[in-house]
Amino acid sequence: MSIGLEHYLVLSAILFCIGMYGALVKRNAVVILMCIEIMLNAANIALVAFSRFLVPGTVVLEGQVFAIFVIVVAAAEAAVGLAIIMAVYRTRKTVDASEIDLMKG
Amino acid sequence: MSDIPEAAVWLIFLLPLFSFVIISFIIRPFFNDRPRLAGYVTIASIAVSFVFALWALNSVRVQGELVFDPVEWVVIGNHTIKLGVMLDPLTAVMVVVVTLCSLMVQIYSQGYMHGDSGYCRYYAFMSLFTGSMLGLVLADNLIQLFVFWELVGLCSYLLIGFWFHKPSAAAAAKKAFIVTRIGDLGLLAAILVLFFRTEPGTAAHTLNISALYEAAPELAAMTSLGVSLMTLVAIGIFAGAVGKSAQFPLHVWLPDAMEGPTPVSALIHSSTMVTAGVFLVARCFPMFAHSEVALTTVGAIGAFTAIFAASMALVANDIKRVLAYCTVSQLGYMMLGLGAIGLVEFYGDHSEPVGIELAKGAAAIGIFHLFNHAFCKALLFLASGSVNHATGTFDMREMGGLRKHMPWTYLVYLIGTISMAGIWPLACFWSKDEIVAEAMELGGPRYILFILAMITVFMTAFYMFRTVFMTFHGEYRGGTASVHGHGHGGLHESPAVMLVPMFVLAALAIGSGWINVNGWFSSFFGEHVSHSWTHAFTLFTSHHGLPLISLIVALGGVAFAYMMYIRRQPSGEEVGRLLPTPYKVLSRKYWMDELYERVFVVRVLVDGVFWVLQWVDSNIVDGLVNGIAEGTIGSAGVIRQAQTGRLQAYGLVMFVGILVIAAFTYLFVK
Repeated sequence: MSIGLEHYLVLSAILFCIGMYGALVKRNAVVILMCIEIMLNAANIALVAFSRFLVPGTVVLEGQVFAIFVIVVAAAEAAVGLAIIMAVYRTRKTVDASEIDLMKG
Repeated sequence: MSDIPEAAVWLIFLLPLFSFVIISFIIRPFFNDRPRLAGYVTIASIAVSFVFALWALNSVRVQGELVFDPVEWVVIGNHTIKLGVMLDPLTAVMVVVVTLCSLMVQIYSQGYMHGDSGYCRYYAFMSLFTGSMLGLVLADNLIQLFVFWELVGLCSYLLIGFWFHKPSAAAAAKKAFIVTRIGDLGLLAAILVLFFRTEPGTAAHTLNISALYEAAPELAAMTSLGVSLMTLVAIGIFAGAVGKSAQFPLHVWLPDAMEGPTPVSALIHSSTMVTAGVFLVARCFPMFAHSEVALTTVGAIGAFTAIFAASMALVANDIKRVLAYCTVSQLGYMMLGLGAIGLVEFYGDHSEPVGIELAKGAAAIGIFHLFNHAFCKALLFLASGSVNHATGTFDMREMGGLRKHMPWTYLVYLIGTISMAGIWPLACFWSKDEIVAEAMELGGPRYILFILAMITVFMTAFYMFRTVFMTFHGEYRGGTASVHGHGHGGLHESPAVMLVPMFVLAALAIGSGWINVNGWFSSFFGEHVSHSWTHAFTLFTSHHGLPLISLIVALGGVAFAYMMYIRRQPSGEEVGRLLPTPYKVLSRKYWMDELYERVFVVRVLVDGVFWVLQWVDSNIVDGLVNGIAEGTIGSAGVIRQAQTGRLQAYGLVMFVGILVIAAFTYLFVK
């Protein structure tokens, strides 16, 4: 069995759903941040897979370059996100997402 | 001397406007410690304007009407509003009258306004006033004329309210502004009717005055709202003139307008502001001539105003108020003259077809009286200012015997009075006599206008001499130490700077009437009207001896005044006691002020219109605003429930939403 585009895409979709589930359901803000990382990496897999398979016989690098951008942004996002979580924890003594509801209308 | 170039014609009205700009933006901010500069700039600019005006008059005399191409001003869609000057005999005479009277008043003001804290402001406004009036006179289309017309109104507001810290002056200024504005509405309506009721592209669709002369027969043939378009327009224009020229029923502002400095009154009453109305009717006379209704209205309002104002002048005790009513009355004469000559020439027994040149010539009758009256009235006001300068009051009951203290003022005032009373051979006799003679030609029920005019001749002579006798004869009745702004008490003659302008005007008040003795003035204006005027030596027998009769009537008025105020048999007080009701009616000015203020303003406007408007404002407008605000708050209370502040809930909603959109797209969009 040769591994084709569909396999990668299915893997990507599974990872994305796991990430999405965690981001929507988990209470702990750190875990939510980790889940977002999973979603981003699911997208990376899809990007690289498309880049590799969509135009057979030629070498194109757009998907890979895009994935590297995503990784950079994800690193920055993790830094900012963790800083926010630290700041929230210092003022409210909790990182439970369901208790952080100051934006309630 | 060659013809006047177009630039010089523009400068006639631009120079005083420049003077206004220089005084307001240079002298007042930077040279406020030397206010006399303002006076010099004003006098210099008006003097140059006067020279140009004389040049213009001479050019028109030699060449006839000068035509200049107007320049584009505003382009709105397909319509172009142009800016231009028109120099026909009427304009030429008016610019000379305005610049001359204004020049004399400005020179006199140097003495009268000396030391006033608003000296610069005064001259700035006077420059603007003169420039606006000159612009009005020179305008070649109705839009431009209307702009200057409003500027004249604005300046009169500023000058009447010059001493705005006095509540009476502020009120008088407001009254003048609002009352004349009611008339201006008519003028504006006339312009709008001309603009919207004529077909674009046709000859009648124009606001240029010369073109309107040509189009007048066409306009007369069109109807709108069931009357001739010309009648509608003429009545609208006349409404504007009624406001500006203080004709009944909008005369109420002028007697109060004396709250301003006296030289301002002299200017308002002689050549600017009030004459604008008469000028406008004369300017549009070739249009009025096509409407018998309009001419009858002009004549009837004029004759009624003449006698109505004269009756109030009989009992007024304020010298300026008498002169103010006198102005209203004389303006009524001018209107009567214009209406009467139009009716006689074009709708009388020996009527002629309406021609432009003929109508222009006919309008001379009103302008001739305006011309003579301007010098006389400027003189009388300046002399009354001179009296005020000495006594510190305008109340004639506190004057008397000033003849001994102020001989020169007495002399010039007497000359002005004799002229104003219409006594041969001074200026106003000639012009007033023409008007009365023209009114006599009116047939049928309109003959009553002539009778009113004759009664007014008697009344004019009476009240004018009453002012002379009360002010200058008898014994001085004022307090011991007269108090006025200058601090040098005691009765004294005015300085030369005030006397010299009065002498110049006195010379004109004596002589200006003679220029029409051989009909020169009338024929200068246009085609000579048919029954030609008086020759100096056959004068008293012309028109069935009317000049002689009116002279006797005027002398009768003088004699009556002499009996009452010098011989005191019967004295004015006795007559007042004998006839209490007429005295009360006249001294309360027919309760016109009360009628307007208490009934019209309070009952109709405040209790009626304004009440309704206030109700609409507080209930409908405020209700709408408050309703929108409350609706917003209410709906927000409902919608805010969705804002839980829990990001994960938002994320879920977004996710489901994307799924729904994706499913929808997949299923239904190909």
